[in-house]
Amino acid sequence: MNMKTLLAAAGLAALTAAGAEAQVKVGMITTLSGGGASLGIDTRDGFMLAIEMAGRDDIEVIVEDDQRKPDVAVQLSDKMIQSDQVDVLTGIVWSNLAMAVVPSATAQGLFYLSTNAAPAQLAGPGCHPSYFSVSYQNDNLHEAAGAHATNAGYENTFILAPNYPAGHDSLNGFKRFYEGGLAGEIYTELGQTDYAAELAQIRASGADSIFFFLPGGMGISFLKQYADSGIDLPVVGPAFSFDQGILQAVGEAALGVNNTSTWSKDLDNAANAAFVEAFQETYDRLPSIYAAQGYDTANLLLSAMDKADIDDTEAFRAALGEADFDSVRGGFGFASNNHPVQDIYVREVIKEGDIFTNKIVGIAMEDRANAYTEECSM
Amino acid sequence: MSPILIAEQVLNGLQFGVMLFLMAAGLTLIFGVMGLINLAHGSLYMIGAFAAAAVAGATGSFLLALGAALVAAALAGAIVELVVIRRLYDKDHLDQVLATFALILIFSEGTRWLFGSFPLYLDIPDWLSGPVTLPGGIQYPLYRLALICVGLLVALGLWLLITRTRVGIRIRAGENDREMIAALGVDIGKLYTLVFALGAGLAGLAGALVGAIQSVQVGMGEPVLILAFVVIVIGGIGSIKGALVGALLVGLTDTLGGIFLPELFKLFTDDAAGATATGSAFASMAIYILMAAVLVWRPTGLYGAKA
Repeated sequence: MNMKTLLAAAGLAALTAAGAEAQVKVGMITTLSGGGASLGIDTRDGFMLAIEMAGRDDIEVIVEDDQRKPDVAVQLSDKMIQSDQVDVLTGIVWSNLAMAVVPSATAQGLFYLSTNAAPAQLAGPGCHPSYFSVSYQNDNLHEAAGAHATNAGYENTFILAPNYPAGHDSLNGFKRFYEGGLAGEIYTELGQTDYAAELAQIRASGADSIFFFLPGGMGISFLKQYADSGIDLPVVGPAFSFDQGILQAVGEAALGVNNTSTWSKDLDNAANAAFVEAFQETYDRLPSIYAAQGYDTANLLLSAMDKADIDDTEAFRAALGEADFDSVRGGFGFASNNHPVQDIYVREVIKEGDIFTNKIVGIAMEDRANAYTEECSM
Repeated sequence: MSPILIAEQVLNGLQFGVMLFLMAAGLTLIFGVMGLINLAHGSLYMIGAFAAAAVAGATGSFLLALGAALVAAALAGAIVELVVIRRLYDKDHLDQVLATFALILIFSEGTRWLFGSFPLYLDIPDWLSGPVTLPGGIQYPLYRLALICVGLLVALGLWLLITRTRVGIRIRAGENDREMIAALGVDIGKLYTLVFALGAGLAGLAGALVGAIQSVQVGMGEPVLILAFVVIVIGGIGSIKGALVGALLVGLTDTLGGIFLPELFKLFTDDAAGATATGSAFASMAIYILMAAVLVWRPTGLYGAKA
């Protein structure tokens, strides 16, 4: 009995000690297992790196794996809000999971900082003053790809994306800034791995270029099969299919492809140089865009913590909105609906030694906000 | 829609079909002979692809990689049969599903532990890459033609094995009446391990062959597994011939449906984007509609034993 009381007392003491130290408690829900794990692991590693580099001990981060399942993400957010009592949620990679978690979390008075997913619903009518996207708005990279295709003078592009909400947003985003005609527009199955049928249609369509949005393994399959098909057209896509994590699996097939991104490891600013070097040193691999976004999110949070107390919701919101941190993307600010205003670059896939990576070859859009600011009233 | 495009799509459907056959053949043999539902068959496919990627990375030889895939998957299959599956034969199907589902999780996380979460690199060898021009001016990737040939050769080999050899006779006897062949003095345990390893090896081979044109990553086997189940249900459970016909049917339906259904819907409406979306939605249902139609017509599948 005595022993038990002693243990309980020790436990309590430990709890209060931890509580006294950490002023802000962050719950990170991200994908650490299953097919999309590399994205979540990079997000987490980037986020933790920023905290480590800042040497802060007034912030505590709880990381949990959502297995890329919306129901698991909802359970985790309930647990983090109710029993861990976190102040901030972050880390979700996929838009369908974000839609399941974000509205209820912000309604319960928490802050949500998005490291990646930023669906149109949360930028337009569903926007919330405690929801900030530090990555982009989902349409941005596709819009930039459309702008790039127009600048490059393509007149007959063949476009394809998977048949799910983000796929529809992608093709609509592309068409918003693309002025040429379409040789074809197809929606493939989500998770499809064989693109022989689509490639045959592209060959028969007389297209002068191709735009595709196929994240993860779908993009690897498409690019390998495209390279083997003998079709030789310029290809444009958003950064997701040319990310550091999957380029090595695509190999030669990706060389020379243009892709649009808000970040690249060769972006010339001091914050980025420090980030790329520290990431490589700590984790022994090159950072991806997900790592960069995780890193920026943590730095934004730290900058707001310096200015305001998280319990003062209004002041903390204002501090976040100032975006007073050195982004690895260079210039960075928030539009009226709490989504970034930033430059979107065109990158090209190159080979450095044995490693496939990206370099910046131009700017597709300058100071781009998003198409939904009007629809957001807050 | 030109004849060349249609011919190319038929080839694509065939190629998809024969690869499905490699998966479905093992699945249907294991179900037919041992009465076991093996959900972990997709994991064996993944093991084949990872083994091939690892060996190709180390040696640079694609043929060695294929051999490694076959051996690694067959070996994994044999071990799994001896350690886990053996205890499940006289159990309920639900227990088998539970246990083999657990195997999926173990294999997936084990593979991640060994190889990491990032997709691996496995590419077509130079001597099989690039397109060839077929009679009629069809440009078609050489590698996909090779896949069709390999798949058909394996089908022929399996047919010879089942119909012309002593092992084949035992497998067929085991399908019909397993107590009786055990009573006749055939070592049924050894036969089961052999059939399981054979099925696993075929799945591993399919994983390696397909991995070269797709992405080698954890969880790559499960989508194929679902299609393979559709194939064996259409073909009739336990029938190799049914698996071949079912696989080709599913391959052709899936590929041709994906192109022709959106075109078909465009004939009835002026809204091209809407027709494309509806057509795509129907195309992804096409194989399941096919399965339902076959089951209505023949409840035990095309070549299934009469209940």
